[in-house]
Order: sequence, then C-alpha cells, then structure tokens
Amino acid sequence: MSVEVQHVSKTFGSYKAIEDVSLKVHSGELVALLGPSGSGKTTLLRMIAGLEVPDPPANQDEGKILFFDQDVATRSVSERQVGFVFQHYALFKHMSVFENIAFGLRVRPRSQRLPKAQIDQRVKELLQLIQLEGFGNRFPLQLSGGQRQRVALARALAIEPKVLLLDEPFGALDAKVRQKLREWLRRLHEQVHTTTILVTHDQEEALEVADRVVVMNHAKIEQIGTPEEVFHNPASEFVIDFLGSVNVFSGRHVEPSSEAKTDGAKIYVRPHELQISKESLGSASISAQIQRIQRAGTSAKVFVHTNKEQNVRVDVPIHEFQFMDLEIHQQVFITPLQSHVFSPDYTI
Amino acid sequence: MSRVSGLSDASRDPKWVQWILIGTTVGFVTLLLILPLGVIFWEAFRKGLKTFTIALSDRNARSAIGLTLLATAICVPLNMVFGLAAAWATTKYSFPGKSLLISIIDLPFAISPVIAGLMLILLYGIHGWFGGVLQSFGLQVIFAVPGVVLATIFVTVPFVARELIPVMQEQGSEQEWAAISLGASAWQTFTKVTLPNIFFPLLYGVLLCTARAMGEFGAVSVVSSNIRGLTNTVPLQIDALYNDYNAPAAFALASILASLSILTLLAKSWLESRIEHRSKESEENQ
Repeated sequence: MSVEVQHVSKTFGSYKAIEDVSLKVHSGELVALLGPSGSGKTTLLRMIAGLEVPDPPANQDEGKILFFDQDVATRSVSERQVGFVFQHYALFKHMSVFENIAFGLRVRPRSQRLPKAQIDQRVKELLQLIQLEGFGNRFPLQLSGGQRQRVALARALAIEPKVLLLDEPFGALDAKVRQKLREWLRRLHEQVHTTTILVTHDQEEALEVADRVVVMNHAKIEQIGTPEEVFHNPASEFVIDFLGSVNVFSGRHVEPSSEAKTDGAKIYVRPHELQISKESLGSASISAQIQRIQRAGTSAKVFVHTNKEQNVRVDVPIHEFQFMDLEIHQQVFITPLQSHVFSPDYTI
Repeated sequence: MSRVSGLSDASRDPKWVQWILIGTTVGFVTLLLILPLGVIFWEAFRKGLKTFTIALSDRNARSAIGLTLLATAICVPLNMVFGLAAAWATTKYSFPGKSLLISIIDLPFAISPVIAGLMLILLYGIHGWFGGVLQSFGLQVIFAVPGVVLATIFVTVPFVARELIPVMQEQGSEQEWAAISLGASAWQTFTKVTLPNIFFPLLYGVLLCTARAMGEFGAVSVVSSNIRGLTNTVPLQIDALYNDYNAPAAFALASILASLSILTLLAKSWLESRIEHRSKESEENQ
C-alpha cells in the first residue's frame, strides 16, 4: 500500500505547521520523518492518519492524501485503516494485554467480526511476534516501557492496517532499550512488510531503521533520500548540521574546474573527515593546538583550537590514534579530506 | 523495613507531645462530631420505637421523604449527564473562554444557598421574568415541587464535573484516539475506554452530589415556602417539626437523614481507598 501526500499545508491559527509538502512512500517501505521539535513531522503523520485535517486546498490538485492512489483526505480515521502507535503507548489501562491486542478485532460490527476462536488465535500469534507469550493476562501497568510499546505495536498490527504510523515510538524509553527495540522493529518490518512511517527526532534512529529518511525543518521537507544519501550528500546546511556533529569553517571556496571563487562561503567538515598530523600537508592545512582528548569509544575525539581562534573536533579511529602519540597542548595541523560547501550561489 | 523520614521524625517527638495532640484531636471529634450525632439517635429512640414509627407514619413526614427522594432522583442523573458533558467539553476540546467556563461551574460553591433561592424566585416567581409565562401554561415553579427540584439542581451543579475535570485532564485523549484508530465507534470508545477510566471518580462525584441533594436546606427553604405535605423536603420538615416543639418526631426524621449521610460517608471512604490503591499501583509501575 503506497501513501502519497500532495501539496498539503496545515496552519494552526497563524502558525504554519506544514507548508506545501509532497511526499511519496512506496508499498512495503519503512520511511522515517526526521526533524527537530516544531518541524512539522508529527503534524504530517497525524494528517496521514486522519487525526488532523489539512487546510482546505487552493485548487483541485492540491491538498491530497492518497492511499494506493485513492484520495482519503476526507475519510475518517477508522475508515483509513491505519495502525497508529503513540509515544506514550496509550494502552487501555483497565484491560489486560490480551484484551488490548484483541480490542480492534472485537469492536468490529457483528457481520465483519471474526469468530472468538480466530480472534484468540490471532492474539496468540501477535503475542508471539512481540515476544511476550505468557504475558496475556498482565495489565499494562505491570509491564516495562519497552514491553508496553511492543503491546501497543501488536494492538495496531492486529487489525492488519494498510499503513503503520509510529509517532516517536521509542521517545519515552532509555537509551539501551531504544537501541534494542530499534533493531527489533527493523526485523519485525522484514517479517510483516507493512508500509510504515516513523516519526523521530533521533537521527541515529532514523538512519539505522529506515529505508528512506525525510529530513524536515520549519514546516518543509529539506531532503528525501536513503540514510546513506542524506548523511554523505546532505542537500542543505540544515541537513548536515542535524545529522551528526560538524565543524563549520568560513573561508574562500575555489571551484577546481573553473577557478571560480566564492567568498564568505561556509565550509562544513565532519569530525571524521579531518586528518590530524604533526607536519603541514599543504595549503589546506590549518595550525592548531590540542585542548582535550576523549578516548572512550570506537574513535578518539580530539578537540583542538586553531590559530584562527576556532574550536574544532577531530575524530581519529582508536587503532590509528594509538600510534600517533598525541598529547594535550601539542601543536598539530588539521587538514580536511572532504568538505561540504554551502553559500547562496553555490551548493554541492 | 526502612523508615520513611517524615514518619521517623514524627515518632521521635516526646511521648507527652504525641499524647496531647492525639488527645486534643479525639476530644474535639468526640465532643463536636460524634456526640451531637449520637444525641440525634438517642433522642429519636428515647421513648422507644413507638414514637419513631408514629413519626414515620405521619403523612407529612412520608411526603417529605418522598419529595426528597424525588428531587434527588431527578437531580443526580441530570448532574451526572451535565458533569460528563462539561468535563468532556472542557478537557477534550479547546475553545475561547474555556477556563472561565470551568470557574463558572464552581459558582454554586461560592454563592450562599439563600441567594440561589432568591435568584430562582426573581426568575420563576409569579412576577419574575419567566414566571408569568409559565403560569399561563399552568405551570407553577416557585412554592411548588419544580422549584424545589430546580433549587436542588442549582446547588449541586459542580459536584460531578469537579471530580471528573482533573482526572480527564490528566488522562488526555490519546486512549480515545487509539480506540478510534482501531475501528471503534464513538459509542464503543465511550463505553469501553472513557467510562472505565473515569468510573471511580464519577461514582465519587455522584455520591457527594446525592448527599448534598438530600441535605440541602437554604435554597430549597426559600423557594418552597414550607407547605407541609406538599413542598417540604426532609430537612424542611425536620425544621418545621422542631419549631412545633415536636422534638421526638423531629429527631426521628433527623436520624433517618443522618443514617443516609453516614452511609454515603462510608461509601465515600471505601471509594477513596480504592482510588488511592489504584493510583499507588500506577505510581509503583511508572
């Protein structure tokens, strides 16, 4: 089931939450909407679910939300058959885990309702899928946060939704549990293959789980691409800045082919794209002094202060770092191996 | 078991301080609460069950009990419906003037019941705004049963809404949205999700409302004009009997009203322990 959003806008009073956004999610894909809070990602998700109504469109071709090429913009939440998972689980507290998962199957009109035995069977399968067999009689309050979110996911999957929508599903959990659930969600997606849209503000989560990432900022989409594309070929300053740490240098960029010069350009270099050495490696090298070294992790983080009064972070793989014999207060040179330049008339 | 810091501080107070505080509290409660209540029952039964049965077989007393039950039976369901609607409107929707509306719901708490009664007379009395029109349709409100019911409703308006609003505010509407996204109809969402979530606070509000509806004196007294056997509720009848120097009958009727209040109080404390139990459970598992 593909999902398509065409020129959709949403304003709350005078505040623009979504401005003329278009997006296509292919059938069976897992797409992450990534952005800081207030970027409009949750509003977009809620509009796809039908929990929020888009602004009335200016003309016929605008303001459409298509599920498999059918316009659902005027359909209610229940008619859209979406599975929605909330950040704070929204489990029914007075119902057992079993009853929570069975809810969507039991509230169907009598003519469409499955026989009791089949409902029980389906719930058992789902409990197995979320690895909580034997937890059917527990109540939500007796479960951990991670377990609750898995129950919420099973409850949404029970109605065999056409689209699965996850609103910051791991946002309320601690780091270790998040990591585990992230991997679990990816494996689950490979099993069930429901078209899934996930909202998150955690770039690591988006890059790790999604087939494609939609980076959002200020009510608009900044870039759509595979995790690789958005990380290595960021389309804007915002994207490079939001996806991981980056050092910003200002200076003159010289286009190698045409010798055209751009003054006042901002040059973005990620910490792992800088080389650190004791001798200058040419005109691109900048002289700097080591301020602090942080060795925990797969790479050592070396914080230096350049002769242009700038603080820069350089990441050195730990196995290389061991042979470099670097010390605090030592004079070194840093050289960019790769860079991303953004200026009004020049973008990579 | 480790000691809670607040508790251990308190238990370190000298014994004599503890005894003085406990003694004062128990003394006050006995003297000011238990004794008067006991006296009511004592006076009612002093001359044996006979006075009691005679007092109760009196036509006017039975009529008063009937009217009180009628007013309560009309007032409590209405209050429940209004409370649910008001709590739903003010917690699930946003509209201008919402917080003002919540404050206005509390108005009957702040206004003296006598003023409430006078307001009803100004509106529905023969010379009031609507009184004349209603009279031409043959409906008398003031100095009649409808007035008694209206006054009871007015003074009890906040009870259910006041209990529900904070609970529903805290719960938000995510569970309802989840139910709807799972295909539940509006009615199914209300009965299977919303209602179980607010069941205990709702029952608590209804109990308080019942107790107040049965015991209301001031507002009802103004609009009823104390016509015995017609517009007298139990509290008004007690007052009338007492003014007639018919103390035994007054106390007999009073003991019935007091028993009803004690029952409500017991039900209330049982409910409180249930609510506390529930919230403790949820805190432990957060």
